[in-house]
Amino acid sequence: MAKKISLPLNEETLKGLEAGDDVLLNGVIYVGRDAAHKRLIETLEHGEPLPFDIKGQTIYFMGPTPPRPGRPIGSAGPTTSGRMDSYSPRLIAEGLKGMIGKGMRSEAVKEAMTKYHAVYFGAIGGAGALAARSIKKSEVVAYEELGAEAIRRLEVADFSVTVVNDIYGGDLYDEGKAKYRRE
Amino acid sequence: MREIEAKEVTKTVSRLFQEACYYLPQDVVTVIKKARDAEESPVGREVLSRILENIEISAQGEVPLCQDTGDAIVFLELGQDVHIVGGDLYSAINEGVRQGYDEGYLRKSMVGRPFSARTNTKDNTPAIIYTDVVPGDKLRIIAKPKGGGAENMSRLAMLKPAQGRQGVIDFVVQAVDEAGSNPCPPVIVGVGIGGTVEKCVLLAKKALLREVGKPNPDAEVAELEREIFRRVNNLGIGPMGYGGRTTALAVHVDVFPAHIASLPVAVNMQCWCARHKEAFL
Ligand code: SF4
Repeated sequence: MAKKISLPLNEETLKGLEAGDDVLLNGVIYVGRDAAHKRLIETLEHGEPLPFDIKGQTIYFMGPTPPRPGRPIGSAGPTTSGRMDSYSPRLIAEGLKGMIGKGMRSEAVKEAMTKYHAVYFGAIGGAGALAARSIKKSEVVAYEELGAEAIRRLEVADFSVTVVNDIYGGDLYDEGKAKYRRE
Repeated sequence: MREIEAKEVTKTVSRLFQEACYYLPQDVVTVIKKARDAEESPVGREVLSRILENIEISAQGEVPLCQDTGDAIVFLELGQDVHIVGGDLYSAINEGVRQGYDEGYLRKSMVGRPFSARTNTKDNTPAIIYTDVVPGDKLRIIAKPKGGGAENMSRLAMLKPAQGRQGVIDFVVQAVDEAGSNPCPPVIVGVGIGGTVEKCVLLAKKALLREVGKPNPDAEVAELEREIFRRVNNLGIGPMGYGGRTTALAVHVDVFPAHIASLPVAVNMQCWCARHKEAFL
């Protein structure tokens, strides 16, 4: 059974999540890909405030297709998270608590997750039409000039994800693979 | 000599890319269903069921299958008795991509100056076009949108001839293993063996156009496909990398002669969202 969770993530919720858990997210998530992450880090390096308060928030690595008229968003599945690996530890240190994407994370990101208590959720790569059904509202909140790569604020209802990395060092990719590996 | 209007090409290319991004080919859907029924891992079965649900939602024509609607690859088989009139062929194709990605609400994912400015070209052009001239008076157009996630996990090796068959197998299996969850498994593994560097990679890419799971007609190559398939699925990566017995839906190998000093091997990774659509003019 999937666990329903309200965002933003708090310490109690984070403690209850383990690699492999099916989770339904409800509330606000922010969206950003490589170009937006690069800007966020540059902003921090210049000692300026981020365009949104990142404390407790969850970032979805995603760049949607354009919406048809009357729809909040187009196809909206995850992009490969590894491209954000060089940026994520800094954002986690700033208070980011959740990330949603697909694909493996670096050791540095995993260390930051256990040290500062953050989790990494996997969404189903390529299932962008299904993901769009759980997105009720979408607005661009920063870097509009980046087009599909702009930072968005989404309101989601029962957005389905799986815990890949938890705060205890659990890793679904490693555990799942070990279980089904044959010689 | 048969004349084909450039604007017919434009219209066709536009339609093909739109259809490709909303409707997954039936052969792909069939192997995903089979994989769902056979998968041992409950999490893996769940992932495959959701993928099938996604395919159904997208087929209603409102939301593309995947948000990465890819770069626009076009394979042409141009009959040598065809004369294109009313414009030049490649401009007509690019215009078709421009129109199709706009009308179909598809994402424009091409950037210029990839090593520096990375500015979006805003219309998903230029298309990546390959042309074979063939006998006859028809033009076959295959539109293949290809996402970046799986493409990035592709590999090329110039093996030593002494590494032989085992070297090829080990290289391909290692490529899939290292790709892990990144290319949205289950994947279709396109493999090229032989030729030169660029020929080898193109063989791997074209192998992806084959009906999914249909073995190579050459018995020795088909046996190689089976062996790689078995080893890849023994990796345990599974659907989305969450663990399972379905890491690959198929392995397609195509072979070409090579130089006496060379054994090139290329892997072109294809996610489950194996989109392509074709038409004859
Ligand atoms: S690898 Fe394929 S399924 Fe995954 S996000 Fe890219 S295009 Fe979509």
